[in-house]
Amino acid sequence: MNQWLIVPVAIPAMIAAVLVLAMRTSMTTQRAISVAATAAQLAAAIGLFVLASDGESRAYFLGHWPAPFGIVLVLDRLSATMLLLTSVVASGVVLAAIREWDTRGRHFHALFQFQLLGINGAFLTGDVFNLFVFFEVLLIASYGLMLHGGGPRRLKAGFHYVAINLIGSTVFLFAVGTIYAVTGTLNMADLAVKVPQVAAGNEALLSAGALLLFTVFAIKSAMVPLHWWLAPTYGSTSPAAAALFALMTKVGAYSIIRVYTLIFGADAGALAGIAQPWILTLAVVTLIMGTIGVLAARSLPDLICYSLIASMGTLLIAVGLASAEGLAAALYYAVQSTVTSSALFLLAGLIARGGEGRAPPLPHGTLVIGLYFLLAIASVGMPPLAGFLGKLLILDAARTSAHIAVAWSAILITSLLLILGFARFGIQTFWNRPRSDGAAVQPLPFALTAVIAGMVAALAALSVFAGPMMDNMTAMAEQLIATQGYIRAVLPPAATAGLVGG
Amino acid sequence: MSTVMSTVMSMEFLLASGIGALTAAGLYLIMLRRTFPVVIGLSFLSYAVNVFLFSMGRLTIDLPPIVSEAAKGYTDPLPQALVLTAIVITFGMTALIVVLSLRGFLETGSDDVTLQAQPDDDASRASGDGAAR
Repeated sequence: MNQWLIVPVAIPAMIAAVLVLAMRTSMTTQRAISVAATAAQLAAAIGLFVLASDGESRAYFLGHWPAPFGIVLVLDRLSATMLLLTSVVASGVVLAAIREWDTRGRHFHALFQFQLLGINGAFLTGDVFNLFVFFEVLLIASYGLMLHGGGPRRLKAGFHYVAINLIGSTVFLFAVGTIYAVTGTLNMADLAVKVPQVAAGNEALLSAGALLLFTVFAIKSAMVPLHWWLAPTYGSTSPAAAALFALMTKVGAYSIIRVYTLIFGADAGALAGIAQPWILTLAVVTLIMGTIGVLAARSLPDLICYSLIASMGTLLIAVGLASAEGLAAALYYAVQSTVTSSALFLLAGLIARGGEGRAPPLPHGTLVIGLYFLLAIASVGMPPLAGFLGKLLILDAARTSAHIAVAWSAILITSLLLILGFARFGIQTFWNRPRSDGAAVQPLPFALTAVIAGMVAALAALSVFAGPMMDNMTAMAEQLIATQGYIRAVLPPAATAGLVGG
Repeated sequence: MSTVMSTVMSMEFLLASGIGALTAAGLYLIMLRRTFPVVIGLSFLSYAVNVFLFSMGRLTIDLPPIVSEAAKGYTDPLPQALVLTAIVITFGMTALIVVLSLRGFLETGSDDVTLQAQPDDDASRASGDGAAR
């Protein structure tokens, strides 16, 4: 059964190559194949989610090389949930992009599939260097998607985005090199075994490697002070690309969760919880800076970008609590905030169709404003949508923590300010809109509107089914903290004989 | 034996100071405001990390990386594979950023890292897509 783990990586890899090489001429064929491939990934993700829901970690050894010598893909509840989230959001985005944004440049669908390859691979891999490779795959595709359609503003943001990520890649390699020099392995499960056994003289070097790695993940998850690239990049690219990029910050958050629970988690001896104080502090600052950005935003894309940064802050506060409740709340919040941000980016594209601000009016104004209203509610965390439950769960998780004062005041005060920011923007944009004179009105694109409405429905469903969702998230957090299951799935029995807590 | 030791020691010094110099030069160039030095700086940084990775398997002299019956010992082959991957990736990335900066230079006539915007920049920003095409 374990060979199914390769499917979410193999489908986009092959489809993207076919799209580039064999389907260059026909846009219709490209669209059909891209949609079919995304649907196949959705089916695979659902299958893997069901497979992982028995609570067991599964490993797939590429080329049947035994770990830790070969590269290994690992499926547990966390990777299965992230894969499912990716394929759900990607299905929506690919449908919304058709006829709206995929004709503005060439190879949109090929780049889209390459992007999915990188994201899926990053969620599945059980090897730190392989994680670097998948990061590069998703980054290379994101450069293409980001610049798709061109324009000077996009070019400028693109140059800065590529430059910061190249520096990030270099830091990643320095970190990987340092960790390898000390432990002699890059397999995550093997690292989890070797890190507690590191000689006292090498601990400083290993800490340097661990924190360098944290810097890289902080860039990806847009933590202050490494957040500045996000707003120009996501704000200037096409809405479809931005909606997909909402997933990329979650890849950063996923890597933080994976590496700092599995490798440098509670069992890591002298290096246990090495990044935790940094995560919590920086997350609070990120939340505050994101909120200030929302209050200062002058355009809808900027507003969404800063609310995305603020939501990363909230998510990472929950991760920084370093408890099972905190992790479960963080993952529930991550799922709903990804869907919210993607839907908001698509909505910004819908509103911008006639031009930003006081431009020709849209038909069905009530529908568009209603969608904005619902998504704003979800984003700031007001009832009844899932954003409220997410924040509530994080507050609840912080209740028993030593950091309750910081976490509660940061989240509650910024929620109020976020409400002000979204309300102010809504008033400025929608109440000042000229009334329809019936002449310049374009019809609403059906697919795009339906996708946004579908994402709002998904948020409502996340709220309605919060009980079963949270059961899953709690089981996931417990699986993350009990690292022995992961290690046993990857390493041969002889290497895991010394593990405690069997 | 002592000559081997001193060779390793001087090689360590050479490698360490070489990595340091490359990193320092790379970081300095990245801080400059022109796209060409930034690209060169990024290349320097990637050379530095390649040499750094190479030395992470420990420095040894005259030892083979692959299994051989006559070998007294081995040098670690994994960093060499890592460096190869890293070289390929950074090569592609550097090509991309060169194209980006060239495109920026051709579109704006300046190689400033802010890629000085055209007067119609606000229009393309407002519509959320590439109006300049």
